[in-house]
Amino acid sequence: MSTGRRWIAVGAGVAAAGVLIGIYIGFLTGGPTPYRVPVAQGASGKVVQLELMTVAAIGPKLSPNANWVSYLVREHGVWRRSTVWTLPAHATVHVTIYNFDGRSGLRNPFLAQARGVDGGTFRIDGGPPQTTIKPDDASHTFAIPQLGVIVPIYGVADDAKDQCGFAPCPMSNAHETITFTFHTGKKGHYRWQCFVPCAAGFVYGFGGPMQTIGYMDGYVDVV
Amino acid sequence: MWSRGSHGRRLAALTVIGTAIVLPLVVFVLGPNMPPGKATQVAAGQVVDNTVLLVVMTPFTVFILVYLGYALVCFRAPKGEAELRDGPPLRGHLRAQVAWLVTTTAAVLFLAIFGTAELLADNGSGSGGGPSPAWKPGGTVLPVQVIGQQWEFTYRYPTYGGVETAQLVLPQGVEIAFHVTSLDVVHSFWAYELGVKADANPGVDNIAYVKTKKLGTFQIRCAELCGLWHGYMFDTGKIVTRSQFAAWIGARRRQFAPVAKYLPPYSTTYAPDPPYRAG
Amino acid sequence: MRRPRLIGFNLLTAVVLGVGGYFLGWWLGRQVTGPSLDYFGDTGQNDVALFVAYFVGVVGFLVGLGFANYPVQRMLGRPPSLREKETEGVGRYFGLCTDHKVVGIQYLLGIGAFIFIGGLNAMLIRFELLRPTHLAWNGNNYLTLVGIHGTMMMGMMTSGILGPFANYLVPLMIGARRMAFPRIEALTFWLLMAAGTILMTSLAFGGFPTGWTGYAPLDEQANMGIDAYIAFFALVGLSMTLLGLNMLATVITMRAPGLTWGRLPLFVWGTVSTSVLMLLAAPVLISTLFMLALDRTAQTGFFNSQAGGSPYLYENLFWIFGHPEVYILALPGMGILLEILPVFARKPVWGYRLAVTGMLGIMLLSFLVWQHHLFVSGINANLRPFYMLSTELISLPTGFIFVCALGTLWQGRIRLTVPMLFALAWIFNFLVGGLSGVFLSDVPSDTTTHGSFFSMAHFHYTIMGGLIFAFFAGIYYWVPKMTGFQLNERLGKIHFWVMFVAFNSTFGPLLVIGFLGMPRRVVTYAGYLQGANDWVSVSAFVLGASMLVFLGNFVWSLAFARVPAGANPWGSKSIEFQLPSPVPVHDFDRIPTFGADPYPYGQDGAAAAAGQRPIVSPARPTR
Repeated sequence: MSTGRRWIAVGAGVAAAGVLIGIYIGFLTGGPTPYRVPVAQGASGKVVQLELMTVAAIGPKLSPNANWVSYLVREHGVWRRSTVWTLPAHATVHVTIYNFDGRSGLRNPFLAQARGVDGGTFRIDGGPPQTTIKPDDASHTFAIPQLGVIVPIYGVADDAKDQCGFAPCPMSNAHETITFTFHTGKKGHYRWQCFVPCAAGFVYGFGGPMQTIGYMDGYVDVV
Repeated sequence: MWSRGSHGRRLAALTVIGTAIVLPLVVFVLGPNMPPGKATQVAAGQVVDNTVLLVVMTPFTVFILVYLGYALVCFRAPKGEAELRDGPPLRGHLRAQVAWLVTTTAAVLFLAIFGTAELLADNGSGSGGGPSPAWKPGGTVLPVQVIGQQWEFTYRYPTYGGVETAQLVLPQGVEIAFHVTSLDVVHSFWAYELGVKADANPGVDNIAYVKTKKLGTFQIRCAELCGLWHGYMFDTGKIVTRSQFAAWIGARRRQFAPVAKYLPPYSTTYAPDPPYRAG
Repeated sequence: MRRPRLIGFNLLTAVVLGVGGYFLGWWLGRQVTGPSLDYFGDTGQNDVALFVAYFVGVVGFLVGLGFANYPVQRMLGRPPSLREKETEGVGRYFGLCTDHKVVGIQYLLGIGAFIFIGGLNAMLIRFELLRPTHLAWNGNNYLTLVGIHGTMMMGMMTSGILGPFANYLVPLMIGARRMAFPRIEALTFWLLMAAGTILMTSLAFGGFPTGWTGYAPLDEQANMGIDAYIAFFALVGLSMTLLGLNMLATVITMRAPGLTWGRLPLFVWGTVSTSVLMLLAAPVLISTLFMLALDRTAQTGFFNSQAGGSPYLYENLFWIFGHPEVYILALPGMGILLEILPVFARKPVWGYRLAVTGMLGIMLLSFLVWQHHLFVSGINANLRPFYMLSTELISLPTGFIFVCALGTLWQGRIRLTVPMLFALAWIFNFLVGGLSGVFLSDVPSDTTTHGSFFSMAHFHYTIMGGLIFAFFAGIYYWVPKMTGFQLNERLGKIHFWVMFVAFNSTFGPLLVIGFLGMPRRVVTYAGYLQGANDWVSVSAFVLGASMLVFLGNFVWSLAFARVPAGANPWGSKSIEFQLPSPVPVHDFDRIPTFGADPYPYGQDGAAAAAGQRPIVSPARPTR
């Protein structure tokens, strides 16, 4: 082999390695695109509205894992499977969660009481403020442990009519609406997760969607 | 070239001088700053233990480093030597080998005996000792249950009505018994400044003792890879005065009264529900 | 030079059959399971299909390489085709070849490629740790990076020295022309290549969150990506078992006349002790992973306390394999160290018997220490003094190796060539590794250091500082013998110094960071540790860059500069350096006879093939 050919071979090798590494890194950086929640100016500082949906099965349109349980977020009126949200610091966050999923129950009943939210309470379907639900009635939780926020999400009754099949679920399907308010503190990068073992078929109900960002886990970027 | 004997004497002298310089630094400068601090009796004991280990290692380390340095200076082939010339065909030296064997054996046996004594004496050295540790405290003990789950630690105080909290607060000057267990996979409860580490296994009551000394905060981290948010499974605990503790635990009992009726009766272990595979 | 054939049993066919087999297996698995298994139906996970796919894929790969030819032809009573016995051509390197020298070079390049991937993952991990919170890779991908880095390194490096160097050199050093089982020798290599590829496919199934230890029940909870980990490590275990068996059979039965056990070169002793560990420890790993696979597919529940099993069982079984494995990584490095020091100190090994005792002592004791990995787990708490003692006892035989290494330097005539620099660095790094190990072996101290960056830095000091430095010492020392060309000395020294300084600048601070309370495998850490972590990350990038210097040197020296090395560039008296470079296909013209001493330095003052008859009458040309 002549020297020139050897240079070409080495160059080709380096280029191939570079391309492979590039693809690898590109693959690793992939993930949900963050949703920057729009900010309004209220009387006592910044206010944001966060609208979420929880579904028993995400469906083939939104994910290759059609049967996985998932959160969705309403981005400018459209439901998307994105679990990375950007919130402003020192702001009031009004959260509305439309839950279309049934009751699977908390493993640790302690988490059935809300913490870190205004008044320590939440409302179900616009009812009176309450602190706690029966642990077995929990469908999911909304929790940002580093901010001390946790709210149990009341599940749809097993015998409810017109249950949702695949996301995004129309509001005509049986659902529960949970509303609460919390305050973001200082800037930071936090994670949020669900504490109900709701990943059907996985050991302890905590595999698959419960351990994959984009389903029941995500990041909250407070900026 | 020096004679063999003079090499040996020089090395011995250098080792002794080096040890004499390093040893006080280890004992008086490095030793007191070794982890994990003095927040508890166990932690203070571990600082002593770490210092003893360093002291035992120092002469060996100094010897080997001095020897390497000496060899690199004195046992070099002259620069630019064209012809390869061999060193003396030495195949061993019984006295040197026996001396090495005796000193290293003595050091190792000392360390094993010392470690065992520490382990059996002082609060079981703060590490998880299983459901029935060999060391048992006399007098009153405050039991605190640490419940690991994916991905948060919660704490139960069985002597205070079994109240469960999300934060770990301990009274000062009290013997604490941590009962560490898990609701799902294996976690590890690591309270760094307390000098405590105990794995949280499902269905296992892993006990670690500690006697609190200094007021202040301490870091809690999960030290066993437990899944997606393992890196975020951290928390800050507090050691407060006894009266502050009484006030704090009273407030928590009031705060968590609504959920108290749903908590299972206190138990050393809990069966995960749903079992095995959910769905 | 014959051109490699495109059609026939070679790497191309193997890849085609491997990929085809994979999809066939997937389809078969789907037929078996179908929708009847609710668990798989709900989760979108089909572990059965994936395991069958991996199995059929590997079988297809091996058949494509030609491993089935010989047994099938013998069964049919036909004369076996002996393509694997070809003696020339580049094609030999891309397929089944039973020449131990070809397999050695295949190992060097093949394992090198996977180690490069493992190292790249380490760089990406350190990039994430530039910030105390999330920076670049999302949580799943970060854990997968950690898992693939650890698994790839621990899997591939088990054969990192035995693969390239023992396969190439042990037959030469014992005066045999081949290994006892040449086809099995080739099989061990190709199994590793299949395994490494399978591990990378984990990315397509969501990766795995368990690190290289794969603790239960997290590994049962994980996505299908963990099946790649299981298949990888089981294949590596199989490869290790066969490699150990082959080496032992070779050394026991095929030594040349006069080569008694007391005359074996210490590299061969290192290989023998490692092989015993491989033969006895790796099957435990295979069985453990088989049980784990059953847990994931047939719902057996060996390792799940809710199903009647115990996570402790997994931890015990894993470390019964895992701790001997650590010494599978350490012992060959000791062999290389004691092989290289005499050459560049121009002295016989000091305390040959002590060194052999040390290696065998490490080998025996390594089976008795595994529960020091479980000091805080709560199992058998009252046995901890025993494991503390047995663990600390290992420092005695390790001390033998040290004192033999130091004694060999005594009054030597040291030449600081590149291999010698790496060997001396081994002594320093392994010293730090050993001393940090004392903290981990002591229960009170282990309370802090267990599962922290301290323990991670400790085993990087022993494995990277020990094994990888010995690996490079071996490369600089023997590659001229393997290829016939010198490696550039100046670039080699640059590589060494950058690597040595960057290595210590990376892992030294990590010992401190661990002491300050940072656990392993985390993506976040306390803010006050950021400065130290940034320092470590930058050092790690420099360490990575030093590997590029090495790669540049390797390619430049072997492909462009091509300076002939001559038969004996180092003035070594070992037998392999009495043969031409590269070693001819048939190794020796006649089987050599051995004298009393493998390291006859300082005798007669001559650099002849001391103690041996002239073993190669006129050197035969290779091609």
